[in-house]
Amino acid sequence: MIGSHYVYWLTFALMMIGLYVVISHGNLIKKLIGLSLFQVAVFLFYISLGKVDGGTAPIITEGTQTYSHPLPHVLILTAIVVGVATLAVGLALVVRLFESYGSLEEDEILQRDISDRDTTDRDGVAS
Amino acid sequence: MTAFVLVNISLFAILGATALAITRMRALYEATMLTALFSLVTGSLFVLLDAVDVAFTEAAVGVGISTVLLLGVLSLTRSREAVTPRRRRLPAALVVLFTGGTLGYAAQDLPPFGSATTPVRDHPVTETYLYQSQQDMGIPNTVTSVLASYRGLDTLGELVVVFTAGVTVLLLLGPLTRRNRPVKRDLVLADYRVLRVVSGVLMPFILLFALYVLFHGDYGAGGGFQAGVIFASGFVLYGLVFGLDRVQQVLPQRVLWVLIPLGLLLFMGLGVATVLLGGSFLDYDTLRPDDPAAGQRLGILLVETAIGLTVATVMTSVFFSFTGRGASR
Amino acid sequence: MTVQLPFVQVLLPLLGAPLCALLRSRVAAWLLFLLAALGSLGCAVLLAQRVATAGTQRYSVGGWTAPVGIEFVIDDFNTPVLLLVSLIAAVVAVFSHRSLAAEVAAKRVPLVYACLCLVLAGMLGIAVTGDAFNAFVFLEIMSLASYALIAMGRRRRALLAAFRYLVVGSVGAVFVLIGIGLAYAVTGTLNMADLAQRLGGLHGNRALYAAVVFVLVGLAVKMAVFPLHAWLPDAYAQAPSAVGVLLSATATKVAIYALLRFAFTVFGATLVFGVMPVGRIGALLAVLAMLIGSAVACFQTDLKYLLAWSSIAQIGYIVAGISLATTAGVSAAYLHVINHAVTKAALFAAAGLLVLRLGSARLDDLAGFGRRMPWTFAAVVVAGLGLVGVPPTAGFVSKWALATALLERGQWPVLAAMLVSSLLALVYVGRIVEVGWFREPSLVTVMNRPPVSMVAAIWFLVLLSVYFGLDATLPSSLADAAAAALLRNGG
Repeated sequence: MIGSHYVYWLTFALMMIGLYVVISHGNLIKKLIGLSLFQVAVFLFYISLGKVDGGTAPIITEGTQTYSHPLPHVLILTAIVVGVATLAVGLALVVRLFESYGSLEEDEILQRDISDRDTTDRDGVAS
Repeated sequence: MTAFVLVNISLFAILGATALAITRMRALYEATMLTALFSLVTGSLFVLLDAVDVAFTEAAVGVGISTVLLLGVLSLTRSREAVTPRRRRLPAALVVLFTGGTLGYAAQDLPPFGSATTPVRDHPVTETYLYQSQQDMGIPNTVTSVLASYRGLDTLGELVVVFTAGVTVLLLLGPLTRRNRPVKRDLVLADYRVLRVVSGVLMPFILLFALYVLFHGDYGAGGGFQAGVIFASGFVLYGLVFGLDRVQQVLPQRVLWVLIPLGLLLFMGLGVATVLLGGSFLDYDTLRPDDPAAGQRLGILLVETAIGLTVATVMTSVFFSFTGRGASR
Repeated sequence: MTVQLPFVQVLLPLLGAPLCALLRSRVAAWLLFLLAALGSLGCAVLLAQRVATAGTQRYSVGGWTAPVGIEFVIDDFNTPVLLLVSLIAAVVAVFSHRSLAAEVAAKRVPLVYACLCLVLAGMLGIAVTGDAFNAFVFLEIMSLASYALIAMGRRRRALLAAFRYLVVGSVGAVFVLIGIGLAYAVTGTLNMADLAQRLGGLHGNRALYAAVVFVLVGLAVKMAVFPLHAWLPDAYAQAPSAVGVLLSATATKVAIYALLRFAFTVFGATLVFGVMPVGRIGALLAVLAMLIGSAVACFQTDLKYLLAWSSIAQIGYIVAGISLATTAGVSAAYLHVINHAVTKAALFAAAGLLVLRLGSARLDDLAGFGRRMPWTFAAVVVAGLGLVGVPPTAGFVSKWALATALLERGQWPVLAAMLVSSLLALVYVGRIVEVGWFREPSLVTVMNRPPVSMVAAIWFLVLLSVYFGLDATLPSSLADAAAAALLRNGG
């Protein structure tokens, strides 16, 4: 049971580390790093689905019989690109946030947003 | 326990340790370098799992682009993380418990890893992708066939995502938001002769290698996306060493902005052309009705070129946007 | 040529995006977006007619028949979404011309239109695709472009709203990805029809159950189902007005569509609502969303935040309908999707006009606006009554349908929550009326004339919602056909 599934368990463990970082850290950059870890772990899971024991990369050559499945590879190529696109957008937002709030900590940013609403900017919610 | 399993597990152990170290580390430069290491090890695992194309991309993206972007942002902002308040831990732990629990539950009925008779293997598309593709396109690298033809729409979507990221970064950081003042030359890496000479010598090779990767995608690992990233990395290196001004003389931003949408338009235009030729969207058979396989190869080549073009220009433009931000501050 | 319609539907807005970026002219970009939206509307109408006469349309992209390739599937269930999304996009295009010009720096406007095209393309893509992974790709296109659009808001808070939405939305998307991966692991396919067929024989498989959980939770994030709604108020209220109109009316609705598609046609109602307790959990969350969303809306001091919180409650109504998993319930939910989209778009558009003329949507700054802008005030009141569900508005029709569906199943607690929520809606709409009519006008300067395009867009939406209230045959028949198609497949 564990023996034949060990790769899945390991990828799941990695996913959870990533997810924990995303939620528990208040630093915006750390959140994005956590998100990357989470995504990469999911990529590993997909790729492990295509692997066949004794197989080779799905590039057809003379004299090879067993190939790993190409479809998960294609999906993950797409997903990696999506991941880096998200990271780029997220980082651009981080830079702008730092420029306007002078902080990278979510709590501090919220604090500053509320405090200047009381004084100058009268816009927003009363919660 | 075969050697394969042992290597696998040890790589996973390194990954786990790296990930845990990242969570505990409050110095963000170090965390970034560890993230690059994480990607590198993941890349090795991908190779072990026979996903060479994915490994190539992960190396180019995770170790290359992501790291450069993260470092760029750190240099613009602050590189020290504040202590995480304890009250954030409980919700995180709950979510992780719930998610992990569900995953663990799922794992019990997943097909065994590496088995030759999993549903994934047994599905009829496997035959098509691995063997029928040799008649349909005659391209040895089946990942390329599936990527650019069988599931060409996903790839178009992927390119649209890259384009979206390029547009977004431009909207948020581009020279649209602030006027670029001339860079104050404090210390430019080009003052180091070794760096200057080496990067000058490397540049043509990097670009040549990118072209090789682009056109070699049919036979081995590689393709438009990886080529685009490598191409961009050439300009990134040039920009890092000689400064933003110099590289923008070589590749003005105006040209970039024209090239970014052009790649996407090429891809979509190809799809429209196949429709006008009487086929379905992205049906490359119609490009050469007398020899569908050749038509497929032509279509795939055009698609890879389009991807390479947009990816290279978007990545370069994103890098310019981040570094230009620093220059104008 | 009609055979090619499904791809034209997605390609039109998709082509618009790079062209907007290439042309870099404000007017040209606006025209492109307008044309893309009108083109997709025309396309959607033609497709709806074709589906009505000839049944389900399948389109194999690249000429590869599914499951080898990716296919587009157009049936009774997604034509309403196509119509709704492209109609709202067309109205937003008209509305945005002046609104964006006032709220976004001129240089950025062409790229903002490029992003609007991308959001539209992403939503239409989610609606037409018959492939699970492809749906994920379109979902990401839509999401990334909407993060950018939200960040374009005037205040710095918009950046934070966009960032938080990005993190939460990406986690949601990864959840969907995990779910699809698990389903792929046990079936070997990504095509929705093929998945449905192969999953049928897998009841009892634990990986399959987990797949359902991951896909539903991931989509629930995008839908802003309580308690995963935290990103929504900031995102919709801080976005530029035109963006707020588009996203509030369509983005969550498309996620609802995707959820229904997965729950009923891929996984099957027997599994999701029979074996798994999704219906009961859904009903519970719906009740909480209705009560909390409406209650919080009553305490808002900003019109846009008020409307955003009201959306959370309205999503609760829709979830309540879905949780019943009956034809009547799903049909009512679908009807509410349509009616609420139109009503909420009208209200957000009116709020956008107020921002343009008074400089803010804070209730304090809106004091007495009804006396100086009676027409806008009238629009807000009519659409607001639609939120409450007063006859003869569209909101009444769908709430009535929902109440009937709930009664059919004896869901008294949910019905009670719905009534309480409607009363709370009366309170918050009443607050707008009180502020707008009975308070002394403040001395904020008013721009001399409201732009005709914006007024036209608002009144078109308001009148449409009234029309749907007076004569509900069109939306009802669409919703009924959709629900019938859904439950037939999902049997």
